[in-house]
Amino acid sequence: MNELERALRRGRDTEEGARRASERFLQQAERDGLLDVAYATLDSPVGLLLVAATKRGLVQIAYDDGRLPERALERLAERISPRVLERPARLDDVRRQLDDYFEGRRTGFELPLDWRLTRGFNQRVLRRTAQIPFGAVSTYMEVAAAAGSPRGARAAGNALGANPIPIVVPCHRVLHSGGGLGGYGGGLGRKQFLLRLEGALGSKPRSTPRG
Amino acid sequence: MGIPPFQAVLDAHRDDVYRFLVAAVGPGEADDCFQETFIAALRAYPRLGHASNLRSWMLTIAQRKAIDAHRARKRRPLPVEELPEQPASPAPDGEPELWAAVRRLPGKQRAAILHRYVNDLPYAEIGRIVGCSEAAARQNVRAGLASLRGAWER
Repeated sequence: MNELERALRRGRDTEEGARRASERFLQQAERDGLLDVAYATLDSPVGLLLVAATKRGLVQIAYDDGRLPERALERLAERISPRVLERPARLDDVRRQLDDYFEGRRTGFELPLDWRLTRGFNQRVLRRTAQIPFGAVSTYMEVAAAAGSPRGARAAGNALGANPIPIVVPCHRVLHSGGGLGGYGGGLGRKQFLLRLEGALGSKPRSTPRG
Repeated sequence: MGIPPFQAVLDAHRDDVYRFLVAAVGPGEADDCFQETFIAALRAYPRLGHASNLRSWMLTIAQRKAIDAHRARKRRPLPVEELPEQPASPAPDGEPELWAAVRRLPGKQRAAILHRYVNDLPYAEIGRIVGCSEAAARQNVRAGLASLRGAWER
């Protein structure tokens, strides 16, 4: 390679500029309303969490299953829009409220939710589940009945297992009628942790709120 | 399997696109072109429908934005091209005359040179982006080098 070609190749060291330009692009994308799904990751006592929001509200919280965030982001791109971009500022409220919750300063979440990753009976089950208060627990049978399907305990279990917004939609508060823990999409260890955090572990299942 | 989240496209190709733009339009205008490139890409992305050759796709858009910038500069009343180039920070370093000469090359030669030396692309991909055959891409690089050599060695 001659001197001229070497000089041309020196046009490569531009990483800092690219970072700056990317940040400006993200701001513009937000102003132009092109940010269909914004996401951030955060550390928590139950491991790394991916949080994602649309313009309507919080749409997903994903636990780390060893393939975070790639797998969850691919699914969001498929199911909502491929315009998925990392924009932690758009999730400041979510991150702050989760931090407060894990540090015992908060017992409920005030966040707009986007339910579009779930529908029909599943969504009804999850909306009921969202009303179970901090520190209380319910049963699969009760949330199934409240969602209009008294015999649908197993189906309710499936709906809760596929909860796209765990923690904020507290599916960890739903147990077996006999008092057993039941299952959890994020693994039973996390369910136990959350129930203990809320002081609900060991207490008897109470009834689900009516309405 | 659909197309990947756009963040993956940004992560994978932002350096290629930025490098190309700094060399093509100069550091002063690269940021604006970069933003226009990625906004245009983000707008079109959901309709793209496939994920093959995303780098070529991004660089094709970047090249269109660079051409627009060149045209806009020519329409401006001041002979901006005659102004001394700003110190090309962070890059291209130390050779403002060389980069000014690159920017004076005919469009296809300029693009071919930049894709070849700044982004290290194979000739076949350069041809795809510039819109010519692999052989013509090679020829454009050779012709570009020849006229640069004149400017370089003077």
